[in-house]
Amino acid sequence: MSESAPTHAPKMATLSLSDRLKPWLPLLLVPALIVLGYFAIDSTSSWLTLTVSGLAMGMMIFVIASGMTLVFGLMDVINFGHGAFISFGAFVGTSVLLALGTMTGAPSLMLNLLAIAAAVLAAMIVTGVMGLAFERVIVRPVYGSHLKQILVTMGGLIVAEQLIYVIWGGHEIVIARPETLKGAITFAGAALEKYRLLAVGVGLVVFLALRAVMRRTKIGLIVRAGVENPEMVQALGYNITRVFVGVFIAGSALAGLGGVMWALYQEIITAHMGNEIMILVFIVVIIGGLGSVEGCFIGALTVGLVQNYAAFLEPKLALISNIALMVAILMWRPMGMVPVIKAK
Amino acid sequence: MNRLLSGDTPKSIVLSVLLAVIVIALAFAPFLFPGSRSLETAARICIFIVLVASYDLLLGYGGIVSFAHTMFFGIGAYGVAITIDRLGTGYGALALGALIGLAVSGVIALLIALLSLRVRAIFFAMITLAIASAVAVLVSQLSGFTGGEDGMNIRIPRELTPANRLGEVFGTRITGKTLNYYLVFGGSLFLFLVMLRIVNSPFGRVLQSIRENAFRAEAIGYRVVYYRALATCLSAMVAALAGSLFAIWLRYVGPATTLGMEIMLDILLMVVIGGMGTMYGAVVGTAIFVLAQNYLKELMGGLSEATASLPVLPELLSPDRWLLWLGVLFILSVYFFPTGIVGRLRGTR
Repeated sequence: MSESAPTHAPKMATLSLSDRLKPWLPLLLVPALIVLGYFAIDSTSSWLTLTVSGLAMGMMIFVIASGMTLVFGLMDVINFGHGAFISFGAFVGTSVLLALGTMTGAPSLMLNLLAIAAAVLAAMIVTGVMGLAFERVIVRPVYGSHLKQILVTMGGLIVAEQLIYVIWGGHEIVIARPETLKGAITFAGAALEKYRLLAVGVGLVVFLALRAVMRRTKIGLIVRAGVENPEMVQALGYNITRVFVGVFIAGSALAGLGGVMWALYQEIITAHMGNEIMILVFIVVIIGGLGSVEGCFIGALTVGLVQNYAAFLEPKLALISNIALMVAILMWRPMGMVPVIKAK
Repeated sequence: MNRLLSGDTPKSIVLSVLLAVIVIALAFAPFLFPGSRSLETAARICIFIVLVASYDLLLGYGGIVSFAHTMFFGIGAYGVAITIDRLGTGYGALALGALIGLAVSGVIALLIALLSLRVRAIFFAMITLAIASAVAVLVSQLSGFTGGEDGMNIRIPRELTPANRLGEVFGTRITGKTLNYYLVFGGSLFLFLVMLRIVNSPFGRVLQSIRENAFRAEAIGYRVVYYRALATCLSAMVAALAGSLFAIWLRYVGPATTLGMEIMLDILLMVVIGGMGTMYGAVVGTAIFVLAQNYLKELMGGLSEATASLPVLPELLSPDRWLLWLGVLFILSVYFFPTGIVGRLRGTR
């Protein structure tokens, strides 16, 4: 009589709903925040205004931060000098807009948009070239050492900021929005500034384009693979350094674009504006998860919305609302909302 | 002497002489360089040596970049200012203010360290930058509490002010200001020696090993987070004490003199120029930098006038643009002299 094997019935535990929901939670954060804002703010019209302005702000920060987060993801390079590109972009764009005064002053939407396009193009070319120079001269000699990267890019930031003083003088420059983008349209009783709507549109286009490039094209594939494991991509025969330089230039140009958008948003530019925005950018890339474009997008919108809601509900709180947000998210997800998994 | 320096001797004749000259010059500054401006410079050097050395404890020994060091400096200074403002002038209030500043900055440093260092050391730089700038804005907005942009004047005990005349020694008038200077000098010397003790203790060794290879240090059995957090707290607390000394010396605190980003950059430059990872680097770097700061601006003013007829040069050389050249100098020294002046003199690469 042989003893039969003990019955063995493994129990397959199905993933609970909360487990399956977990990876999607960050995606829900932005809508959840908007709904929360709806209940916290009494008047629907001001809620709508604030939401649009928060989204506009978030989109601009996203445009600026996306380059920085990719540069970090790909090459482990942390660029504290990113703010210099914002300022330079803003100053170049403003100079072009001021030079095209007849086009921006005309009450034709076509001409106005053309002038803005010219300004954006000039700003992106200048900051792109600057990015190339910055990568060559400042970042390249210090690959692999975070400590030196932080120090050297900080030095680069100081030099770039001082160069703005040398070129454009120390004054702040006032820049009016083009004629047809002034003022607001009324929708459901809420005043929505036209320019903010444009900013949301541009940001959305940049995000979708970036996503399409990253997901659909070969270069995007290489970049994504490089973020995960640069050595392996190198071993497969792709020159990862060249890809990185390309990403760096693109990121700098995007920062330039963000600079122009921010300049028209604030309607005033100063040499240290880049520095001030960088504070928000750092918060965004940290809570988004360093190296992740999607995380950066969610993080930027969250920061923009929280900042605007907090400024309306409790003006004194606005200053520390972003810090509090960062602390809360880091407690919840220490690696950021969309963590990047590295193969090392 | 060896005991006093915690066994960490300069190990280079040139460096020893340089250090001796600096210490003697600072010790007898009121007699060697009469005049209020040079005394002001000497006190500034003393306080910044402590501040820079405490930053070096973090950057040079721990390998952690922080941009909130001026925040802790400011907390120390404002601690004294606000306490005296509330409790009235007195030595008790002075000490209490310094203690409050010490405690507050220690707690804040611990919170920041626990929040950011447990994930990634690189977060620390960004988070400190964000928090420091938020605090700087907060201080200038809460004008009822901190005096806002105007800052606060501090009424220190009369014995420490110039109004307290004590007679003459070697033809130099001794006033309360001289006493105040020696308070600053003594306090700075004491704090510096304490830090020298810390970095040459087993704790300092572990910190250095973490800087070289955090993974391996953890594998040997040292809790990296714990050591880094402790280093952050120590460095913040020393910075707060330096801030208290600064407030007592200046009899004024304001956002620009204690919290500004410019001061943070100055500290970074002093550490890098003097040499990261040695306490003596802080002494040499600070002394040279503060002296150069005064001297360089005059030189640039002269050069700017001399080249006034040329196109761009006068703009580049104007004394307002001295940060530009400091930035260039900073980048070059990170590339070519990562060990700074002291590293060079000691002959370590």
